Amino acid sequence: MSSRPELQAPPEIFYDDVEARKYTSSSRIVGIQAELSERALELLALPDDGIPRLLLDIGCGSGLSGETISENGHHWIGLDISRSMLDIALERETDGDLILGDMGQGLGLRPGVMDGAISISAVQWLCNADKSCHEPRLRLKAFFGSLYRCLGRGARAVFQLYPENNAQRELILGFAMRAGFAGGVVIDYPHSSKKRKEYLVLTCGPPSMSTAAPSAKGEDGNSSSDDESSGDEENQTVSISDRNRPRKKQKLTKKGKTRSWVLKKKEKMRSKGNVVPPDTKYTARKRKARF
Amino acid sequence: MRLLTHNMLASNIKGVTNGFPLRIEPEKIIEKPVDFNPDFLKNMFSKIDWKALADASKIMGYAELPDEVPEQTVVESDEFLRKFHHALLEVHLEEGALVCPETGRRFPVNKGIPNMLLHEDEV
Repeated sequence: MSSRPELQAPPEIFYDDVEARKYTSSSRIVGIQAELSERALELLALPDDGIPRLLLDIGCGSGLSGETISENGHHWIGLDISRSMLDIALERETDGDLILGDMGQGLGLRPGVMDGAISISAVQWLCNADKSCHEPRLRLKAFFGSLYRCLGRGARAVFQLYPENNAQRELILGFAMRAGFAGGVVIDYPHSSKKRKEYLVLTCGPPSMSTAAPSAKGEDGNSSSDDESSGDEENQTVSISDRNRPRKKQKLTKKGKTRSWVLKKKEKMRSKGNVVPPDTKYTARKRKARF
Repeated sequence: MRLLTHNMLASNIKGVTNGFPLRIEPEKIIEKPVDFNPDFLKNMFSKIDWKALADASKIMGYAELPDEVPEQTVVESDEFLRKFHHALLEVHLEEGALVCPETGRRFPVNKGIPNMLLHEDEV
């Protein structure tokens, strides 16, 4: 867990010139960021009418996620706290406008102007108190409150995040709900420790059919992840189709071990290099009673 | 920083009730061509605070926009959209400052990036 950048230094210090360049020149990170942004845009569910929207990218860093937004034909405004990261974004000549700002101080934006917001691996930074004046709860409240104001009615916000533990996840979600958002956590590939990715999908406005959390990827029908948001719990069903399952399946086959089973077993033993008697017509025959 | 962003930004200092629009103090202005997209402009037209945009574009040295708020029907005119497009997306504030209308606090703009970070006592 010590590899978490959140635990090492505040974001504006951790992402210095060296780290910012390292971050953006690593093709692995670039690939992951593009994939995450693509999925976040998909979850954002913008209407498919070809009209470019104005999106907010919170924690845009060097503009890797913004590039995906531009590729999808939308305009964006990026906010980040690290000047070094923004300088790299300038070098890369990203299309969006950049703002140096701290999301924990609230977003200084006019009400109702944004068509949506995405954030890739950034919101968990809010849970840290890096300065004496930082109070994570107040910062979360300021962030979600100002975000709710600046989003238009029915607009969505999708945050990909890496919460450190369940308490942190609930803290973030709790403050989002208190600000007035509806929505929940979507977990892609919940059973894989590497591919598992969490997205907080929030919608401005009261809960309704249209604000229900979208379904996650890589999750089979009857497996339930225990830390899903409360909104998803009622949709889960427990499968009880096979209640009187037999104790051992082999006892059901009346014939017992058949010839084909024995031949297969012998072949396997042979392939292991064991000494196995040759297959004859007597193989797998029953002994006579008098024996 | 484009005027589109300027039109969205408001001062976020504690106690400020009306931090919009931020006054522009230009030092260096550049223009970058952007693809013309009427759909996006029509979508943005209703969200733009017209007075702030017209004033800002005048300060930036582009006085082609009308002062009074145009009618909604004007978005069908190609000539208007071209002007709107130029003011909104192509004029960049490269160096200068944004000033909070209420407190007079300056937010410096370097290399086109406004520094909106607040001090501890302003949060």
